[in-house]
Amino acid sequence: MYAIDLKNIKKVYKGGVEAVKNISLQVKEGDFYALLGPNGAGKSTIIGIISSLVNKTSGSVSVFGFDLDTQLEEAKAQIGLVPQEFNFNQFEPPLQILINQAGYYGIKRSEALNRAEKYLKKLDLWEKRSQPSRELSGGMKRRLMIARALMHEPRLLILDEPTAGVDIEVRRSMWEFLQQINKQGVTIILTTHYLEEAEMLCRNIGIIDKGNLVENTTMKSLLSRLNTETFILDIDPTTDLTKSKTFLIKQIDDQTLEIEIDKTQSLNDVFIDLSAMGIRVNSMRNKSNRLEELFIELVEKGNKNA
Amino acid sequence: MLKGHYVIALKSIWRKEVNRFLRIWIQTLVPPVITMSLYFVIFGNLIGSRIGDMNGFDYMSFIVPGLIMMSVITNSYSNVAASFFSAKFQRNVEELLVAPVPNYIIIWGYVGGGVTRGLMVGVMVTCVSLFFVDLQIFNILILILSVLCTSILFSIGGLLNAIFAKTFDDISIIPTFVLTPLTYLGGVFYSINLLPDFWQAISHFNPVFYMINAFRYGFLGIADVSLLWSFTVIGLFIIGLYSVVAVLLSKGIGTRS
Repeated sequence: MYAIDLKNIKKVYKGGVEAVKNISLQVKEGDFYALLGPNGAGKSTIIGIISSLVNKTSGSVSVFGFDLDTQLEEAKAQIGLVPQEFNFNQFEPPLQILINQAGYYGIKRSEALNRAEKYLKKLDLWEKRSQPSRELSGGMKRRLMIARALMHEPRLLILDEPTAGVDIEVRRSMWEFLQQINKQGVTIILTTHYLEEAEMLCRNIGIIDKGNLVENTTMKSLLSRLNTETFILDIDPTTDLTKSKTFLIKQIDDQTLEIEIDKTQSLNDVFIDLSAMGIRVNSMRNKSNRLEELFIELVEKGNKNA
Repeated sequence: MLKGHYVIALKSIWRKEVNRFLRIWIQTLVPPVITMSLYFVIFGNLIGSRIGDMNGFDYMSFIVPGLIMMSVITNSYSNVAASFFSAKFQRNVEELLVAPVPNYIIIWGYVGGGVTRGLMVGVMVTCVSLFFVDLQIFNILILILSVLCTSILFSIGGLLNAIFAKTFDDISIIPTFVLTPLTYLGGVFYSINLLPDFWQAISHFNPVFYMINAFRYGFLGIADVSLLWSFTVIGLFIIGLYSVVAVLLSKGIGTRS
């Protein structure tokens, strides 16, 4: 069964801006799906349409088989939404926010209290449960929105840039938590600008640009399309670099090299080549995230075609 | 969702609303009591004693029902207008819009909050009035029905205002330029029988006049127009405004993109 089945979705805002152009997209139950795209590509509009915050112009949406037009309440009950911007009452404490939210889904107060305790503890917010939420840090506010979205234990969790502005430690703990709930069977749709995050967490990926779905495939098959990878090497100081016959090597400074490797080439050959040149490599890293390179390539291709 | 779930959702919205105005009681409950106390002192005691009787009652007894109703109207309206607009402004209204809550539950949840505040203020102002006048009650049922209907009507009005509002100014314009004049000209301080025929006829287009009329009847047993007509007008206004709000919410006007 599809968690999400979008058919020919179109959204034209007042003034004629076409934010989403005839998109069809399916996300399987249990998937961890990345929805990527540059700013203004239409990702948030699609999320808004699925969560019924945005009225679509045409097309159909079904959530776990419930049609948004004819079975709106059933469809809504399946979704937990973590929006991009903080959208809780800043004057209320976290515990109150969670209990209210559970109430909107028809969950009794006693059960709501149990669930609130469970999720606040899991997301490390229990100590802050009675503090006005405006006093929480950015990372805590993001976690509060995740806890709120889970209160009715949805089958689909939609996260719109959940780690924006969050420090790396908190981000990693959020990744761990999301992987955990995905393993428990919750389907997750994630939008993010941290492509490393999408690459690490998601099995499938859709790339949206200017309202069009320009890519919809598995993460593996997308990454396998990457023909070259660029590495940065930290080396012992050297000034006279002889040109390699096999690899494209660029000297950044006397201690740093940039080397581009074809996917048919082996890293062993690189080191043999460098050793022959008398260069000692101390460490190496990817110049940029692999998904990031592909993402830029796809979006730039789209811009040229436009 | 099961019907039992709707009851829980309704209670949740109502409880959130009541908690909100109780949390800021110094802004929501105290000012109307102080304002009305000043009205009692100035208009009732100081000026009223020189005015004499109005429709067979001393001036203070005559204006007390109108002043109580005025505070109920203002507080019911502003509670819902401020709360719903602030939920739109902070975007926490989205919590409700993404939840499987039918629009009528949202409407009645907010209206319930407005009615609760309106009635609480009404009771407090009534208690204060006891320091100034020996209140009599002519018909308790009419009294309760009229104050309840009025509070419901103006709570729905506040919701309508908040749905359309885009800035905080928008939720103060209607109370200042529409609500206050309608209330003052609705017979709080005078019987419309004192007005020339033309202005009497104009007053009949003012819905607040019918509410104060029915409420005053509950206290004093006097009315400028028939009660049946008063409740018909109030009922029609409730149905009319409720329908507009329900349509706006279902179309997402003012709430969804």
